Amino acid sequence: MSHLKMPDVNQDSIRARKNIVADLQSICPGEAVISHENEMRAFESDGLTAYRQMPLVVVLPQTTQQVSQVLKYCYDNDIRVVPRGAGTSLSGGALPLEDGVLLGMGKFNQILDIDYDNRCVTVEPGVTNLGITHAVEGQGFYYAPDPSSQIACSIGGNIAENSGGVHSLKYGLTTNNVLGFEVVLITGEVIEIGGKHMDSEGYDLMGILTGSEGLLGVVTKVTVRILRKPETARALLIGFPSSEDAGQCVADVISGGIIAAGMEMMDRPAIHAAEDFVHAGYPLDVEALLIVELDGPEVEVDHLIKEVSKTAKANNAVSVQASTSEEERMNFWAGRKAAFPAVGRISPDYYCMDGTIPRHQLPTVLSRMAKMSAKYGLRVANVFHAGDGNMHPLILYDANVEGELEKTEEFGAEILKLCVEVGGVLTGEHGVGVEKRDLMPAMFSEIDLEHQQRLKCAFDAKGLLNPGKVFPQLYNCAEMGKMHISGGKLPFPDIPRF
Amino acid sequence: MNNQENNQIFKPTSETQVCEMVKWVLANNESIDVFGTHTRRNVGKPMDTTCGLDMSGLKGVQLYEPEELVLSAGAGSSLAEIEKLLKDNNQQFEFEPPNFSHLLGNTSSGTLGGMVACGFAGPRRVKAGSVRDHVLGVRTVSGRGELFKSGGRVVKNVTGYDLPKILTSSWGTLGAMTQITFKVLPKPETENTLILLGLDSTSANRAMTMALGSVVDVSGAALLPDGRTALRLEGIKPSVKSRVETLKKILVEFGDIDVLQKTQSSKLWADVRDVKALSSNGENAIWRICVPPAAGAKYLELIEQQLDVTAVMDWGGGLIWLEIHDQKTACAAQIRSAVAKIGGHATLFRAPEQSRAGSAVFQPQPNALAALTGRVKTVFDPKNILNPGRMYEEVS
Repeated sequence: MSHLKMPDVNQDSIRARKNIVADLQSICPGEAVISHENEMRAFESDGLTAYRQMPLVVVLPQTTQQVSQVLKYCYDNDIRVVPRGAGTSLSGGALPLEDGVLLGMGKFNQILDIDYDNRCVTVEPGVTNLGITHAVEGQGFYYAPDPSSQIACSIGGNIAENSGGVHSLKYGLTTNNVLGFEVVLITGEVIEIGGKHMDSEGYDLMGILTGSEGLLGVVTKVTVRILRKPETARALLIGFPSSEDAGQCVADVISGGIIAAGMEMMDRPAIHAAEDFVHAGYPLDVEALLIVELDGPEVEVDHLIKEVSKTAKANNAVSVQASTSEEERMNFWAGRKAAFPAVGRISPDYYCMDGTIPRHQLPTVLSRMAKMSAKYGLRVANVFHAGDGNMHPLILYDANVEGELEKTEEFGAEILKLCVEVGGVLTGEHGVGVEKRDLMPAMFSEIDLEHQQRLKCAFDAKGLLNPGKVFPQLYNCAEMGKMHISGGKLPFPDIPRF
Repeated sequence: MNNQENNQIFKPTSETQVCEMVKWVLANNESIDVFGTHTRRNVGKPMDTTCGLDMSGLKGVQLYEPEELVLSAGAGSSLAEIEKLLKDNNQQFEFEPPNFSHLLGNTSSGTLGGMVACGFAGPRRVKAGSVRDHVLGVRTVSGRGELFKSGGRVVKNVTGYDLPKILTSSWGTLGAMTQITFKVLPKPETENTLILLGLDSTSANRAMTMALGSVVDVSGAALLPDGRTALRLEGIKPSVKSRVETLKKILVEFGDIDVLQKTQSSKLWADVRDVKALSSNGENAIWRICVPPAAGAKYLELIEQQLDVTAVMDWGGGLIWLEIHDQKTACAAQIRSAVAKIGGHATLFRAPEQSRAGSAVFQPQPNALAALTGRVKTVFDPKNILNPGRMYEEVS
């Protein structure tokens, strides 16, 4: 694997391993502590399988009190902790540490309260994303954020990563759909934020915890809002002779005042891979394919389907198909949803990137990516959440060819730096984790990063929760909290003051 | 904000100047009242600061791309001017920022920085989320006198901590925002409002709950003191027309229903947004209370047993504005003990200065949470120079 510097191992924790295992067993009795190498193997990596590390020990608590006791124990003894949900992170957020306790939240799998009147559900963090929707769909409700791993990923992990999905332009990300948390700090303190009401009080700690990648606290209970399922959903499948035309169509749809439920774009390699795999009936003689989904009352959807079709034709679309049945709509999506495994069929390995760009930069980014592809000698297939500018270039490579993974990672880093250069960001929904950690300075200055890392000090002054993730360097809270004050003279004497 | 005569007010016009000002304040052990136009000066705890930092010089649109749904502007930009620009492009801040000048006795709708620092959303909160859900990026000068950026200009961004969230609603206690980037959205083509007459608060709350839980996508649900229950539907004309009919059927048990067309509807919701139904008499305390929406009527019932109040229920019952009559105090004990029974929080939105100085303006926090709040304040503002004590006395 490539060179990833993790924090220096705390040898005291390694030496004390036996005692730590015993102490954790007394906090979480039964089969909740896993310390045999063979059994810990299942936890050595998350969805970013290129990185692997055996943890010190795995603990699977079942109650908030146990989480609190485990964290307090680790805090008192300076032991690092890596929280883990379902382990589907694509950025290595749940990668274990050699000297760290892996805190698995899988046993927190209960739905605690369904409240249709207040349109919210309270669950434990190990409940899957789709599990929430399954619990309420009988009454016509659903939970809106829909990351593609929703069948497996847990809501706790969604909070850690602020997961999105294909419908996020209209319905928001995880952060826009949470109402309340119970969270345990590294000190073992249990804090409640928000509830069933809108607008949590005081500083928006819920907003900070969401997307904090397990560095600030461990969520043990969560209240999310649920929405009524729209009456109808229909999709358009539109083929374009160029990605510029497709991009312009998206811009025109939006500036026409239409916020589609989803707008997904695929480039030629992705279209061909998907079509070969699932035979969805995608046109093969186009450079870009756009799926536009519209939802709402039937009369509205029918009207918007016509509007978007008109806009597509005005932007040189060569084929426009509108779904006329639920089956056909699902079929349009089938190829897009299978795009990753489809690419997996045409290449031994692929590496999925996740930058976001201002939408109008798409043609520039695609053409520069094509040049990089030639330079590295590696193919790329592109799927793109066109509505919100989140790109998923898939770099095709063969891990068995020596040096190809390193070359792929270099290519990926160059793509992400390009995203930042054109006004975008390193990661739209997969998180920084270990994967993009060392690229953070491409987007943030040292002062920017220090302001983020000081916030960690407010939650975890000893830096025990998930160290080595998100930030390229560990941060010494005592040292960095100091302030150097200079400049006692009143500056800018010419500024108006009253 | 006492000691007016000694106060120096700085009006920087660049980020560098803001940094220099804060550094000067740090070096001279001064403290700063950070403000835009002072529109909400009388909300929050009264402060005793030695300097003022007038951010209204940091104004102007840096970037507006309607087709990308993004706008960046100086934090000191006038909200009214930015809203006009958006309107000219058929767009809007979807969270419907209120203008409280009627309640607070001033004339300005304030600045973008003030809007974000206070974080109040209007009636569309039920559908569109709050201010926090529409702030994509912020440039800020912290209490260390350092400029830092956070977030970005794209909707989907999980790169690092989401600092724009914590800056929103922090009342200028963590930093002086210099530039803010927003997600903006298309203005709906039309709107209609269904009016139900003469429902008591329990029935009104139930009608609003049914409407909000239905497929018609309600974007405003309020009960006004004159007994009108209002439910707004927005969108393209054929859609609104069809949803009006659907909603009428859903609410058939509640009696006659009037329908307000676009102009009247829009006027009604501007009044709800700005809480025009409560009086401008500054002696009467006004509370802003968030509870679980379906429990709004229950909360009101608890209060009405004890106090003479005028109430506006917005957000389908989830937001209650209460004006208290004929009392010498703000009645914090009654208001907050009722909140404790139901869940949520209460903010003393308007009260004479003495009253705000004497009681907690924002909901008091349990110890562990209060301590965490204090630590968050300290990491951004180690010497407690920015709006000291504006939110909590403990944070000092």
